[in-house]
Amino acid sequence: MFDDFFIRALIAGLGIALVTGPLGCFVVWRRLSYFGDTLSHSALLGVTIAYSFEINIALSVFLISSLVALILIQLQKKTNLPGDALLGLLAHSSLAVGLVVIGFLTFIRFDIMGLLFGDILAVTTDDLLIIWTGGALILLVLKLIWKPLFASTVNYELAEAEGLNPDRAKAIFTILMAAVIAISIKMVGLLLITGMLIIPAAMARNLSDSPQKMVLFSIIGGLLSVLLGLFSSLEFNTSSGPSIIMAALVLFILSLLNIKQSIKLKN
Amino acid sequence: MSLENSTLVKLNNAGFKQNNKWLVEGVSLTVERGKIVTLIGPNGSGKSTTAKIALGIYKNIEGSVEKYTNKVGYVPQKISIDWTLPLRVHDFMLLTENIKDEAIDEALNLTGVIHLKNKNLGNLSGGEFQRVLIARAISKKPELLVLDEPVQGVDYTGEIALYELIKRISDTLNCGILLISHDLHTVMTATDHVVCLNGHVCCSGTPMDVAKNNEYKTLFGEQASQILSVYEHKHDHVHSDKGEIKKN
Repeated sequence: MFDDFFIRALIAGLGIALVTGPLGCFVVWRRLSYFGDTLSHSALLGVTIAYSFEINIALSVFLISSLVALILIQLQKKTNLPGDALLGLLAHSSLAVGLVVIGFLTFIRFDIMGLLFGDILAVTTDDLLIIWTGGALILLVLKLIWKPLFASTVNYELAEAEGLNPDRAKAIFTILMAAVIAISIKMVGLLLITGMLIIPAAMARNLSDSPQKMVLFSIIGGLLSVLLGLFSSLEFNTSSGPSIIMAALVLFILSLLNIKQSIKLKN
Repeated sequence: MSLENSTLVKLNNAGFKQNNKWLVEGVSLTVERGKIVTLIGPNGSGKSTTAKIALGIYKNIEGSVEKYTNKVGYVPQKISIDWTLPLRVHDFMLLTENIKDEAIDEALNLTGVIHLKNKNLGNLSGGEFQRVLIARAISKKPELLVLDEPVQGVDYTGEIALYELIKRISDTLNCGILLISHDLHTVMTATDHVVCLNGHVCCSGTPMDVAKNNEYKTLFGEQASQILSVYEHKHDHVHSDKGEIKKN
């Protein structure tokens, strides 16, 4: 019925949505959207390195994003600059370095649009393996650090005082962010990955009154966005990333109706 | 670990410096099982800082902290919760430990807020939230309870009831309590040991010892020292007007 590449894209997209759902909730709760942007912008450098040395793209992106996250943490400790300035500094400079390196790699043909906005044609069977095993690993680790991470998201000092080691949870979560970017870059594109993290979670916030519900709705929202987005991408021949994000946006707008209703009920 | 095992936390000459300014220094105190230690002192005297040192929230401290328990319940003075989180009272009760539903209900009943169990945390009043904070801290059945102005914003009758509850908990759970309070009246009935802070330890001892101390008198005024003595005399009369002392 469908072409192989489309089936692969669907399987990949659904796998990504399962992971971005819960992670995205933490991105919203912990106000990390710019942090997500910074990591994903640095992914371009990761991709160019992957091409230059012929290593796996996901692995290379994961390593570079983790490195940028580490540099960020060091800069936060050693300078007096505000967090958003440091994020901007790292985001744009790593993007710039990535683009300059691409300029030097004249012997390789790059599909820049595909890198920035995702390309469903690019998803291979190997990618599916990486997405699903990597994704399962990310979810497993997230489940293990859920308690300290969530408690310190609510209140750092409570978590620390009651012996949950929030700093370790935060460091592990940073690595998970790098990992989710690494597995979703081909599909969603580096400019739009943060959208995939935030928009379904934001939609879920409008529908939920408990953290568990928000995670569940965020996953459902992500899965629906991938389905809607990919089918419309096939139908209208648009890039996969923007199509998925637009579908997520439509769902978000629909979720606003729920808020209006619950406000009406309150009054 | 040479100390007898009734000791829960011990501060040895502990202090904490932030931006080259001492928030508090040279504090030594011990919280033992079944005992209530109260920190008093003016604003900015380092009471909350001392509590955070005892809890291990501050890492780079002077002196040392010996902590002999990991079962800790904490009611912070200030808590800023981000309302991007959908969080009901019930979820909040489970924040740091998975507690049985009966234990949650019991704790919420004790602080009188069981009817709020499924309410969103963001919709509570200040006093209600404070009661939930106390319920959360005691529901874990902690060995060490650190209460930083636990009854702020609670109505007057509730305040007395909550202090009685705190005293009862210290007896029934046999836990040690480190209490911070401005309210000398209510607190002193229950306290075993008072530490008076003003950037350092001014004086410490039983409520009676502290009341007699001259430094304490200059810090809090003659009237406040009478309050302490009153309670030492098995509270033979009642002060109804508590507002004026609180302002000290």
